[in-house]
Amino acid sequence: MAYRTYLMMCAGTGCVANKSMKIRERLELEIAKRGLEREVSVVMTGCNGFCAVGPIMVVQPDGIFYQLLKESDIPYVVEEHLLKGRPVQELLYTPPEKTTPIPKMSDIPFFADQTLIVLRNRGLIDPEKIDEAIARGAYEGLAKVLTSMTPEEVIREIKASGLRGRGGGGFPTGIKWETCRLVPGEPKYVICNADEGDPGAFMDRSTIESDPHAVIEGMSIGAFAIGSSEGFVYIRNEYPIALERLKTAVGQAREYGLLGKNIFDRGFDFDIRIVRGAGAFVCGESTALMASIEGKPGEPRAKYVHTIERGLWDKPSCLNNVETWANVPQIMLNGSRWFASIGTGDVSTDAWGGSKGTKVFSLSGKVNNTGLIEVPMGITLRKIIYDIGGGIKDGKKFKAVQTGGPSGGFIPESLLDLPVDYEELTKVGSMMGSGGMVVTDENNCMVDMAKYFLAFTQAESCGKCVPCREGTKRMLDILEKITCGDGTPDDLVLLEELSNMVVESSLCALGGSAPNPVLTTLKYFRQEYEAHVRDKKCPAHACKKLITYAIDPVTCVEKGHGCDVCRKNCPDGAISGETKVVHAIDVMKCGRCGICYDVCKFDAITIE
Amino acid sequence: MPKLTIDDLAKIRDRTRHETTLRQGAGRVKITVHMGTCGIAAGAREIMTSVINELERRGLHDVLVTNSGCAGLCSQEPMITVETVTDMAPVKYVLMTAPKVKAVVESHVVNGRLVLEYALAVGSEKTR
Repeated sequence: MAYRTYLMMCAGTGCVANKSMKIRERLELEIAKRGLEREVSVVMTGCNGFCAVGPIMVVQPDGIFYQLLKESDIPYVVEEHLLKGRPVQELLYTPPEKTTPIPKMSDIPFFADQTLIVLRNRGLIDPEKIDEAIARGAYEGLAKVLTSMTPEEVIREIKASGLRGRGGGGFPTGIKWETCRLVPGEPKYVICNADEGDPGAFMDRSTIESDPHAVIEGMSIGAFAIGSSEGFVYIRNEYPIALERLKTAVGQAREYGLLGKNIFDRGFDFDIRIVRGAGAFVCGESTALMASIEGKPGEPRAKYVHTIERGLWDKPSCLNNVETWANVPQIMLNGSRWFASIGTGDVSTDAWGGSKGTKVFSLSGKVNNTGLIEVPMGITLRKIIYDIGGGIKDGKKFKAVQTGGPSGGFIPESLLDLPVDYEELTKVGSMMGSGGMVVTDENNCMVDMAKYFLAFTQAESCGKCVPCREGTKRMLDILEKITCGDGTPDDLVLLEELSNMVVESSLCALGGSAPNPVLTTLKYFRQEYEAHVRDKKCPAHACKKLITYAIDPVTCVEKGHGCDVCRKNCPDGAISGETKVVHAIDVMKCGRCGICYDVCKFDAITIE
Repeated sequence: MPKLTIDDLAKIRDRTRHETTLRQGAGRVKITVHMGTCGIAAGAREIMTSVINELERRGLHDVLVTNSGCAGLCSQEPMITVETVTDMAPVKYVLMTAPKVKAVVESHVVNGRLVLEYALAVGSEKTR
C-alpha cells in the first residue's frame, strides 16, 4: 500500500546523535493525532549527507528539504505542511549570507553538484528493510552475474571499468581479483575493510548505515569472480549503528537465500561473517587486519608475499574497502563503459592510467557545508570546497585542505584547481586516501595541524618496527618543542631528515605515511615553521604558548571607557581594572583562552 | 521466509514500484488537494481520502498526491488541481465530492480527458 507522502528522516549516526529518533516518535504521535496515518509514512533512512544542517527530513514526493529540526518543531510542521500543505519557511535551508530559503533538495547546491553511485540509495530507503533495497535494484547485479557471466567475464568487466581501491591504495581492483583467482590455494576469502580509522572520515560508516546490501552484493559478486565462498566484514566496534544495520541486513539476506547455499539455484555458495575491530588504527592495514581476524595482535608483517597469495590463515585473500565493494553491483548492471566514462584518464592500456567513477568524501573543517559528498573523479578541489562546501565559514580566508586523513598531506590555495585523481594528489605530496577532507583557514596553525595528525599516528603505532615506533615519537617531541617556543632552526633540519627516514623504512603504510602532514606543511608553509623557531611566534595565533594577549590602553579608555566586560568574563582572573579605568592583562595568569578577545566590543584586545 | 528466485526479485520491485517512484519525487500525474482552512471546513480531508482510495482501487502507480494551502477561491472549495505531464496546463476542479473525484480520476487521470463540467478553469493564476 502506498502513502501519499513520505517523510524521509535521516537516521545516520550524526542525526541520531541529534535526536532524530525522538523526532520520529513525535512525528508518529502528531500524525496519529491528526488522523493522517494512512496517508503519511515516516521512513528512517541512512545518512543524507548534509550533516552540517541535521537533523534532516525530506518530504517526498514534494522534494521539500527540512533542516536543523527539533522535536518541538514537529507539531507545527505536521499541521502546516502535512495537513494544510504549506511548507514551513523557517525550517527550510537558507544558504549563508542569503535570505531566501531553497525549498527543494534538488536545487540546493550542496546536492546539485554530486553524482551518486555508491550512495545512490541514501535518503531513499530504510536500510533495515531488504525489500526496499530490492525495490531499488539490489541483488539484480548478482542475478545477472550468476545467470549470464563467467568469473573471467566478471573480472574483465571490473578491469575495463577502471575501478581502483577506494581505501586509499588505489590499486586496480580487477587486477587484484584476477591475481586472487589465479593463485593456487583453497579456501579463498573475500574481506571487506570497514575499519575506517582515519579521524573525521565516515564514508564507510555512512555507506553501511544507508545501504548495507550494496556491500553484501558487491562481496558476493567478488566471491563468485575469485572462487570464494566465505566472506568477512571487519568493522570497527566504534560504529554501533552501522554494525546493527549490517547484522540486520546479513540476517535478512540469509532469510531470503541471498546468502548461504545455492544462491538463486545457481550452485553458488557464499556467506559472510562479521568481525569487530577493537580500537586500533593499525588494524585497517591489510596484514594487521587479517592477524586481528585470526585472533592475533594487530601487527603488520613485511609484505614480501602479498595477502592476495597468503592472507587470512595463509590462504589467498581478496581485501577491498567498503566503498570499492559498493561500486561493484552498479558496474555489473550498467557496464564497465558507463563507469569508465566518469572520471579522468584512460585505463584501456594502463590500469593506473586514470581515476574512474566517483569518490565519496567526508568534507569537514572550516567549510560551511560539512558532510558526506560523492563526486566524479576529476572534479577540482576548488569546486568541492566552494561550490559544494559553500566556501569558508565566517568569511575567513582558506589556508589549506588536507586530503587522505592523517596519512595525507596539506594542499595550499595555489593548487586548488587540481583535479581529484589518485596520481594528481600523490604528485603534490598528498594522497586520495580513504576520502577524508579537512579544510583549514587563516586561524589554523599549520605546525599545530601537523602535530595534531602526527600525535594520532604516533599513538596508533603498533610498535613493531623501530623507524615508526621511535621515529614518530621523536618527530612529535620536536613538534611539541616548536609549538612551545623552544624550537631552533636545527630542529627543522632534523625533523625533515627523520620524516624522510620514517617514510622510507617503516614496515607498513602507517609509518610510511605518518610524516606526510609534516613534510607537506614544511614544503608549503615553511614560513610558519620559521616564525615559530626564529621569532618564537605563531602567525595564526593558535599555539597558546607563543601568543600574547594585551589590552590597548588607549582604545580601552577612549572607546570602551573601561567597560569591564573582559574582566568579568576572564576565567583565569588575569585582568585587572575597574569600570571607567584602563584594564590590563597579567600574562603570567593568562590562559590564552581568547574569551576577552571575543567579548570586547571595542577591538581593544590585541593578539601577538 | 522462502528462498528468493530471480523472478521474485522482479516481483518485489514491481510491488514496491509505486513507493519507490513517490519517494524519488517522480510521477506522471500530480493531484493537489487544496487544504487551507476553508478547504478543510468544506470537506477537503474527505476528498483527500477519496482521492487516495480511488487511486489505490485502480492500482495507479504514477500519480503523486500532495496538498497545498488555500488557492484563493474559498467559495468553490473543496478544490483539486490536476496536472499531467501531457497537459498544457494544470486544471482546477471545484466543488468536489467523492463521486466527482471518481469521475475525474477515470476521465482525466487515466484517459487524459478533462472533465469540463467540474472545472473552474484551465491554466494557472496570472499575477501582475
